This record gives sequence, C-alpha cells and structure tokens, in this order.
Amino acid sequence: MGKIKLIIRREYMTRVRKRSFIIMTFLGPILIAAIGIVPMLLANANESVRNVQVFDETGVAEGQLQSNPNIVFSYVSGPIEQAKERLKSGEVYALVHIPASQDDNLLVTQRNVRLYSREQVSLNVKIYIENQIEKQIERALLKSQGVDKELVASVEKAVNVSITAIPIDEKPAKDVSYDVEISTALGAISGMLIYFFIFLFGAQVMRGVIEEKTNRIVEVIISSVKPFQLMMGKIVGIALVGLTQFLLWVILTAALYSTFLNTIVKEKYSSNQIEQMIQKSPDGTSVENIDNIIENQQMIQRISSINWALIIPCFMFYFLGGYLLYGALFAAIGSAVDNDSDTQQFVLPITIPLIFSFVMAQTVLNDPTGDLARWLSIFPLTSPIIMMVRLPFRVEIWELVLSMVMLVLGFVFTTWIASKIYRTGILMYGKRVTWREMFKWLRY
Amino acid sequence: MSNILFEARHVNKSYGNFQALSDINISVEKGSIFGLLGPNGAGKTSLIRIINQITAPDSGELFFNGKKLTEDHVRAIGYLPEERGLYKKMQVGEQCMYLAQLKGLDKHEAKRRLRMWFEKFNMEAWWNKTIDELSKGMAQKVQFVVTVLHEPELLIFDEPFSGFDPVNAAVIRDEILLLSEKGATIIFSTHRMETVEELCDRIALINKSKKILDGTVNDIRKEYKTNTFEMEFKGNMLAFTTALWTGFELINKSSDGDHCKVRLKMLGNSNVNQLFAAVMPVCEIVSFNEVIPTMSEIFIRAVQGTNQVIA
Repeated sequence: MGKIKLIIRREYMTRVRKRSFIIMTFLGPILIAAIGIVPMLLANANESVRNVQVFDETGVAEGQLQSNPNIVFSYVSGPIEQAKERLKSGEVYALVHIPASQDDNLLVTQRNVRLYSREQVSLNVKIYIENQIEKQIERALLKSQGVDKELVASVEKAVNVSITAIPIDEKPAKDVSYDVEISTALGAISGMLIYFFIFLFGAQVMRGVIEEKTNRIVEVIISSVKPFQLMMGKIVGIALVGLTQFLLWVILTAALYSTFLNTIVKEKYSSNQIEQMIQKSPDGTSVENIDNIIENQQMIQRISSINWALIIPCFMFYFLGGYLLYGALFAAIGSAVDNDSDTQQFVLPITIPLIFSFVMAQTVLNDPTGDLARWLSIFPLTSPIIMMVRLPFRVEIWELVLSMVMLVLGFVFTTWIASKIYRTGILMYGKRVTWREMFKWLRY
Repeated sequence: MSNILFEARHVNKSYGNFQALSDINISVEKGSIFGLLGPNGAGKTSLIRIINQITAPDSGELFFNGKKLTEDHVRAIGYLPEERGLYKKMQVGEQCMYLAQLKGLDKHEAKRRLRMWFEKFNMEAWWNKTIDELSKGMAQKVQFVVTVLHEPELLIFDEPFSGFDPVNAAVIRDEILLLSEKGATIIFSTHRMETVEELCDRIALINKSKKILDGTVNDIRKEYKTNTFEMEFKGNMLAFTTALWTGFELINKSSDGDHCKVRLKMLGNSNVNQLFAAVMPVCEIVSFNEVIPTMSEIFIRAVQGTNQVIA
C-alpha cells in the first residue's frame, strides 16, 4: 500500500507543478466566466446607435414603435425611392417599409414589410423590429374589434401559469416537486462535465503510460512494484489532479463571477436604482420591481426544489466512477502502443459508448423516465453520463442502486481486463499491436 | 546451510504458442558472479523477468536464500534492465529519491546513501537537473546508482555496459567488482564474451528456450578444449614438419626467419611427451602451451551445435 501512495504522490506532484496545469487552472475559469460574462457585456455595451427610418403607408406604426438604446426609430414620408436614396448617405442604418395593401388589410401588410439596408442587418435587429411592428398590428387589430390592447397586456402580465410537476410516490408524504427547466439544465451540464472530464483525464492516463514506456523506465519500476500498482497509482493520481483542477475552477469561477457582478453590474445600475428595487414602499412599488422580486424568489425556489443532497454525492460518484472505468481502458491502450499516433485506432472504439451517451443525452432529456433512458443509465459504459442527465428528474431508487452497483462491477471488470493487457503491453516494444494480439494477452 | 543464494527449478514459460523457457534449472552461489548467456531471443530476458517477479512462470519453483521467492524479496534484488531509462522531465535528485523509496528505503536513508554515491561519482551538480539535460552516459550513471542504492543481496545486470564510453565502462566494471567483493551476488546477462571471461565465475548458456551449457568458466573452457597446442621454437620449419608423425596434425604454421610458430592437434592417444621426443632433435623449443578456447568460440560452437541438432 505504501508503494501505491508513492506512485500516486509522484503522479500528482509532477502534474500539478507543470506549467500547463497552472495555465489551465487560471485559463479555465476565465473561459467559463467569459462564456457567461461576454454576452452580458455585449448586450450592455454601448453599441453604436442605429437610426432606423420607418416609411409607414398604413399609419399603424407611425410614432408607435419603441426605440431602444441601440435602435432609434424615426418616421419619414415617401416616396420610397427617395427614402432609399437617403439610405446611401450612411446616416441611416436601415429603412423599414410598411406598405399599405389594397383593402387596408393589415394581415396582408404584415407579409410585405421590407427592411432595406446597406449591410447585412443583424438577426437581433431584425427580430426587434419584427416584434415592434407585430405589437402595433396586434393593437390595431384588437382595437378594430373594440378591445383595448393595454387591458389585454395587463391581463397577460397577471396570468402566468406555472406548472409544478409532482411525481406520485408510493409514500405520498414524500411528494417533491421538481422543476423541469432547472432539472434539464442541471442534467445537461453535469453530463457534459463528466464527459469532458473522462476524455481529458483519460487521455492523460494514456499519455502517462506511453511516456513511461517510451522513456524505458517502466521495467525499472515494475521490478519494485506490481504492474497493477503502477497502473492504479497513475489512474488515481491523475484523478486527484482532475479533482484539484475541477475544484479550483469552481472556486475561481465563482470568485470571478462575484467580482464581476459586484463591480461592473453595480456600476451599471446606479445605487439608487438598486435601492429602489430593494425598498418596498407601501404602495409605490412599481410593477417592474415586483416582477423582479417575484422572479428572484421563484428562482431560489426552483433551485431549492432540486434534491441537492442526492445530486451532489451522485455527481461525485459518477464523475469518479466513470473516469475510473474508462481510465483503466485508456491505460491499457497506452500500454499497447509505442507512441501517441498509434492510439487512434484503439481510442475510438473504446470511447464510442461515451460519445454515444453524449449524443443520446438529448433524447434522454426529452424522455427521462423512458425505457431507453433507464437501461442506458444502468449500463456501466453509458451510465456515468446518462444517469446524471436523468437524476434531476425522478429516478427510482432501485435503478440508482443497480446502476451504481453495475458501475462498480464495470470498473472492477475493465480494470481487470486492462491490467492483463497492461502488464504484457508495457514490456512490448516496436511491435504494431492489433486487437487480436491484445485479446491473446488476456490469457497470458 | 547451503551456499546457494538463488535457485530456479524446472522453470517453464510460454507466451501463447511461443515457448520462451523450457525446464530451466540454474543455481547461483552466494557472492559469485553468474553469467547468463545466449543469443538474442533465447529467453534470457524472460528468465530475468521471472527472477524479478515481473512475470510469473507457468510452472517451476524459485528459491531465494533457500526460501520460496516472494514479494518481500523485491527489496533484496537490484535490477538494471537492458531496456532502461528514467523520467526525462523529472529532476535527478527527486527521481532517485522516488525510485529508492519504491525499493523500500525510507527518506533519510535514501538521501544519505544518494549523497554518498553522488559524491563518489562526482555528480552532486546534477541533483536539480532533469534527465533531459544530462548526456546519455551521465544518465546511465544515475541509473546504475539507482540500481545498487538499496544494497541488494542479488544484483541483476542486463547488458550493463551498453551506453558507456570505455572510461566509464571501466568505472562501472570496477564498481561491480567492488560490490561483488563486499558480498553481493551478481547475475550478468551480456553478449560481450570478454567480459564474461574476465568477470564471471559461472555461466549458463541458454539457446532456444533451453539451457545448453552450465558450469564454471574454467570447467567449461577445459571441457571445450580440443587437444590443441601452440608451440614456438627456433629452427627449420621443414625439418620440424618432417619430424612429426601421424599422431600429430599440423593446423597452422608461421615463421619469421628461424623463429617458428605452429598449432598442433594431438590425434589418438598421442601425448605431449611423444611430441617433445619427436621434435626436440630438430629444434629449440621456446614456448609451449595448450590452446584453451575463448568463451566466444565456445558460445558459437554450443549454439551452432544445438541449432544443428534441432534442425
């Protein structure tokens, strides 16, 4: 046991001291944060103000379209050729032409609206303008039927059906509601994390084994320790490296996010806006603020509706279990080849179940309790991803237990196979190994 | 009770259909230097790996100090494989500490002994360098130190001198002899027959998975001698050859003025005295000695002999 500890320590120490590890540790959170923050920044960035001219023949939108910080509407009169001419000057970004139909039918008009511009109009702008015009046409149509648009809007705002899904359990007392959106997101994210973790660090195991082989140190070491100890030491050591990196990413990302939110966002909204949001004046609370508060509360409720006490330990279990299962196989491949370039033919077949489960995750999300989802979440080569995708939804306890037992058995099995291939493979040099050859090694 | 440190009895090993070792028996005396010889692919490395418990034999027994070989004996064995190397990106000192600890030395002891060896070989300055930064010869020295550091009872060297220049090879050879004097038992596997003659007390020759020769170097050389003698004399070559009779076969002759050199083979029951009696009247004998075959010749003859039998 002491020797395995030495091996684990070496694997761990040499890796966490590497420059690439340190760079990745800091780069990772920056990238993750960037994925979250950049769109926020872009959305809030003071983009150039775009002048959009509206030539409205119907009068339905005249003076009604709402400008936003990036798009300012102004209204012009025809003829259309003259308006188009102005477009060329460069001061006008785009021209919206709302033509009148012969019988003043807005339903015909809506299909004939044209947007002219010198350069390609971005999708956001197009959608925004469409929405604005849609609203006006809607209002006009409602009005023609004697309905007040404002009234409809307020009713719409007030009515917001939110379905609480409650799985019926044998014990009704344990009714737990779960939130479909949050569950879907959570399942997808945790499945994806496990997928990348296995690929990233499984490949590291493989490369580590190849390194020992090409450096010809392996025979020196296995005269002191059993090949199995060397293999397991490497797999466990690299798992700890992965966990360390993962943990550092979580901490650093959280830190980055909170600093970002504290500094940039606060700057954006003046302090008195925030106070306004927080302060609850007896009746002066604007509709918007109430919405914000309700939304926040709902969010907290939704997040707390997830059974974190189950999800987090399970995530750790499948995270590690999946890695150990595949890590052993990656080690076996590393032992059988002489250099990185020979690995391809072996890596692909072994990772097919992994890639398959990643692809199937979408299907499973659509039907998390179906038969396909159930069996994929029990089969050990796919369960680390699929079970995590399913878990935020309702999973029967027997399924979970069976899946976990299968994963442990699967891990024991792949490790057994891998160790057989490994102990022969590491001593083979200069031979192009085939699947058949490897199969033979199982019996040595 | 016995003087045998290591013994292998009836060891068999096969890989699939390939027979790597068949019914191998060897015994290595305490404090001796044992040469394990054989052409490439004969099974030497397979046997060495079994001794190191890297692989297990299919059948057969192995004894260390009279007891069955177990995992505990790993500490008592030091192995320098033919395919050897070190972690290229790891610092020398750290790497030596790691390998020493894997052999079961504790930290302080490992450090103390490493200091001693590094001083001995003038390698102190390498401690914080990576193997990448060292020359091949330097790396080999580090490797040698790592092999012997835990002061094992049994040392196994597989082609230990490959990768060394002649100067450093001599340094390592002297170290090996020193270790032997201190009581270590050594198993040597090599193709260099002159080293075998120089160092080994006893050898075993393996060819095509079978042991074909076993014994002390002296005995084997005696066994393989062909009753051939070399004689130097002053006199006339023609007179010399006419004085010989059918009991002696002249294999080789050369002369430089009246200084002549011949190789003779005794045939039948003829002996040295008869030879002397025959040639003494015609020449003055300067030197006379028996030609004992070199290990290299024995190696080739033994291997070819068994190959022919098999063919």
